[in-house]
Amino acid sequence: MTKCEVVIVGAGPAGIACGYVLAEAGVDVIILERGQYPGAKNMFGGIFFADQMNKLIPEFYTEAPVERFVAKKHYALLINDSEVSLNIDSEEHKKPPYNHSYIVRRSVFDKWFAEKAKAQGATIICGTAVTDFVWRDRRIIGVTADTADDDDNVLLADVVVCAEGANSMLSEKAGLRNRLSMRARCISVKEVIELGKDVIDERFGLTAREGAAYEYFADATPGMLGDGFIYTNMETLSVGVGVVISELYGRRNPPSPNQLLDRFKNHPCIRPLVKGGKTLEYSAHMIPMDGFRNLPRFYTDGLMLVGDAAGFVNNSICHEGVNMAMASGIMAAETILANRQERRYDARALRQYEHRLKNSFVLQNMKNSRDFIDILRTHKELLNNYPHLVQDVITSYFKVSDVPKSTVKRDISRMLRSRVSVVKAARTVMALMRGGI
Amino acid sequence: MATEETNQLSLDDKLFTVRRKTLNQSHITLDERLCSECLNRICTYVCPAEVYVWDEAAKKIDVRYENCLECGACRVACEAIEWANPAWGTGIAYKNS
Repeated sequence: MTKCEVVIVGAGPAGIACGYVLAEAGVDVIILERGQYPGAKNMFGGIFFADQMNKLIPEFYTEAPVERFVAKKHYALLINDSEVSLNIDSEEHKKPPYNHSYIVRRSVFDKWFAEKAKAQGATIICGTAVTDFVWRDRRIIGVTADTADDDDNVLLADVVVCAEGANSMLSEKAGLRNRLSMRARCISVKEVIELGKDVIDERFGLTAREGAAYEYFADATPGMLGDGFIYTNMETLSVGVGVVISELYGRRNPPSPNQLLDRFKNHPCIRPLVKGGKTLEYSAHMIPMDGFRNLPRFYTDGLMLVGDAAGFVNNSICHEGVNMAMASGIMAAETILANRQERRYDARALRQYEHRLKNSFVLQNMKNSRDFIDILRTHKELLNNYPHLVQDVITSYFKVSDVPKSTVKRDISRMLRSRVSVVKAARTVMALMRGGI
Repeated sequence: MATEETNQLSLDDKLFTVRRKTLNQSHITLDERLCSECLNRICTYVCPAEVYVWDEAAKKIDVRYENCLECGACRVACEAIEWANPAWGTGIAYKNS
């Protein structure tokens, strides 16, 4: 049986950030990671929002293995076989610090970040899956790893930080949340497709280390609450789709995530971007969709939840995730440091963690878009009918013909009125403004 | 096999791209009594690796745990599935994701 001051479960952005801050302050901290190396089990779409990272390690992007920075953003509605899109190509985003948006590969990046924490003095043990907590008097005093029957596999600590990720079984075991519901998780699959730098630069109009982030909605996941994406790595593309798990349930002929991805890759507007490439890796991961109203409790006696395990993903158009994970990890570390003198880590002492979260962008942004997913879920017309309407309006308005534009406009306005209830649409937009985006 | 032009791989080919170490012991257990009564079988389509396959002859779910990508979607979708992290650092190890 070994003992240390702080045990962190999981070497992702949240866990490593927490370990980094603690080790820097001289705390005896051990990070347990279930993968063979940090990043082995980690996967996300591709964009790393790095303002927190930049605070922790200023100008980290000069030495970190980032692929490209996000110079171009592309938001598109896929509608049947067509696309209506918005391109954002901002000069402002092409200067350091590049709007704090970088495209990274997690298996490489997390490994680098873990080395940084090690250099501060944190210990990282890989290949160790934490199975449960060790309790004494209703207080968490440590963790057990792999096989619990062996005393060697128990690690005791003053306080445990759970950075287990989206598939968090420990937060359930600690009684901080109920078993995850399929409404609270999105399943995302991705292929990393090799095309070479030149082809990617040409297809996406990029130079040097400029990168592109393409997001697709509506028929990217037909009739379902989800989206598709393409992010440019240096030599490869990350191409994927995500869909809320409950959306697959109870459908006639439900598609599997893999079939959704194949369908997306084969869309006439996507195929030219990915064609000819070689798939280097297929991967899958869940994304928290808890939303502000269904977040778990963040702490109990001897334990704090950080990152995806706590559900800190802002499910708005912005997709904030990694920055929130890192911020929560840092705040958990600061809470530990503030209580370190008395070595008191019971629930009352750790309440400070929640205060810190509430006073930061983490919970404030989550609160700001608290209804976004629910509005999309309950107003399916936002995903199904309205995009088609947009497409129909645009195509009829720009149609070249000898019909006078005044007649076209009259027809469009008739079509709109027959297909949309103005009052209902206005209400939906109001609701989105209030608690969505 | 992959067709060069469209870049469409079969699922087996995709799964073959993932590096992994497999223990010959499953990290997934099912409550088979619940499976035999299940009408929806969400496990057969929610899994990105199609680990769960309904065996009509044996009237049970066949679990190909060695294909698992460790996302946990099955566990979230169905309460009859008990899923644990593969022990000792086994399972997948992404290199490019």
